[in-house]
Amino acid sequence: MRFFHQVWVVAAKDLRAELRTKEAINSSLAFALVILLMFSFAFDPLADTTREMSGGLLWIVFAFAGTLVLNRSFARELPNDCLDGLIAAPISGAALFLGKACANFLLVLGVQLVSLPVFGVFYSVPWTRQFPELLVVLGLGTWGMTVVGTVSSALTVNIRLRELMLPMLTYPILFPALLGAMELTAELVNGNPIAPDKLGFLKLMIGFDVIYTAVSLALVETILVS
Amino acid sequence: MREKVLYALGIAAILLMAYNLRAIAALPLDPPLGPAAIIMPPVAKLVFFYYAAGGVAIAAGIASAIAGLRFLRTRDFRYDALAVASTEVGLVFLAIHIVTGCLGTRTVYGPSWAWEPRLTTALACGLLYATYLMLRSAVEEPAQRARFAAVWSVFIFLNLPMLAVAINWWRANNRRTLFWRGGSDYIAAWLPSILGTMLAMILLGVLLTAVRMRQEETRRELDTLRRMTHAL
Repeated sequence: MRFFHQVWVVAAKDLRAELRTKEAINSSLAFALVILLMFSFAFDPLADTTREMSGGLLWIVFAFAGTLVLNRSFARELPNDCLDGLIAAPISGAALFLGKACANFLLVLGVQLVSLPVFGVFYSVPWTRQFPELLVVLGLGTWGMTVVGTVSSALTVNIRLRELMLPMLTYPILFPALLGAMELTAELVNGNPIAPDKLGFLKLMIGFDVIYTAVSLALVETILVS
Repeated sequence: MREKVLYALGIAAILLMAYNLRAIAALPLDPPLGPAAIIMPPVAKLVFFYYAAGGVAIAAGIASAIAGLRFLRTRDFRYDALAVASTEVGLVFLAIHIVTGCLGTRTVYGPSWAWEPRLTTALACGLLYATYLMLRSAVEEPAQRARFAAVWSVFIFLNLPMLAVAINWWRANNRRTLFWRGGSDYIAAWLPSILGTMLAMILLGVLLTAVRMRQEETRRELDTLRRMTHAL
């Protein structure tokens, strides 16, 4: 129980800090809207073919906007040497990592839940029809993204070209999860249920999340403590 | 001693490769077993390099992940050198694999990149290996670089099966037999050369890894010396 209390304290601290400054979440939201608008220049927003690939478009927006939140996750601790303080605190690296990952998850999910209705209006897709299933897919994809992203954020916090390295590292690892999320979201956003032959992608996403959460929790101490 | 082993390896690889190239050039292109509908285009002979390079690339990826784990366990920098050397060699062979496969699909099927699942997986795998090298080049402090790289090589290795499965499902009805459209008649006759090329490429891969490893060790030694002179 102590562990989860520590996780909660770290997550609450991160959320509080972010909600006070709103630096990551504002830029992330603005960026998501800009990409949504740019996509409508590239593809006819009301054509049927665009609806078919709407899942892919949506996840590209989420991945790009999510990076802005994830980039700040550890970089926020750099001023005043807060990171050293956190590492020296009497909590395990795993608790610190999980707390940060939870905070990032909520922030990224928040950005997604704001941009989803905007997407629905712009591209006129019936995204509310399968909303519970859509929420499950969003949650699974976002958790995978935040776990890998938070590890990358910890890896890149002290190195050169931090802002550039995080997406370069994160996206290739996310290929399987994003591929599954895109396939499933394309169906759900258009109001169709998940086809039986696509259920494999759901299992793949669950597997991805479980594997990377476990490995990150096991290895994060090696990253944080020298 | 190590020098001599490396030279011997290099000579063996070159001789074996030369022998194989001669054998491959001499192989007839029409099917060995009676008349078949299709005669192979000459580019089909790239199949030897396609398979061999793919095999070496997979082996290099596994070696890199194991070396990464061993480094985390022992903190011995020789494993770090092995991990980076095998990843770089793996990337080179992956490039050979992708280019030969791409030429094969283009000649047999038409489009310059057919999104064939195995080749697409190989491409994504190459991008993953590249992230490892990029991460290494961005971290300056050697101990930190080795730790981060080891963690990342585990991340990459765990990703490969999921990547293969996901891309396979995504392109399920696009799976094509690269090179072998004429049927499997060729395989039996061409197998000795395939295995021979694979052996030559494995030797070459081991040689390149050993040379790259030595380079990495020398670099670390130089780094240490530089630090010592700074301290003085």
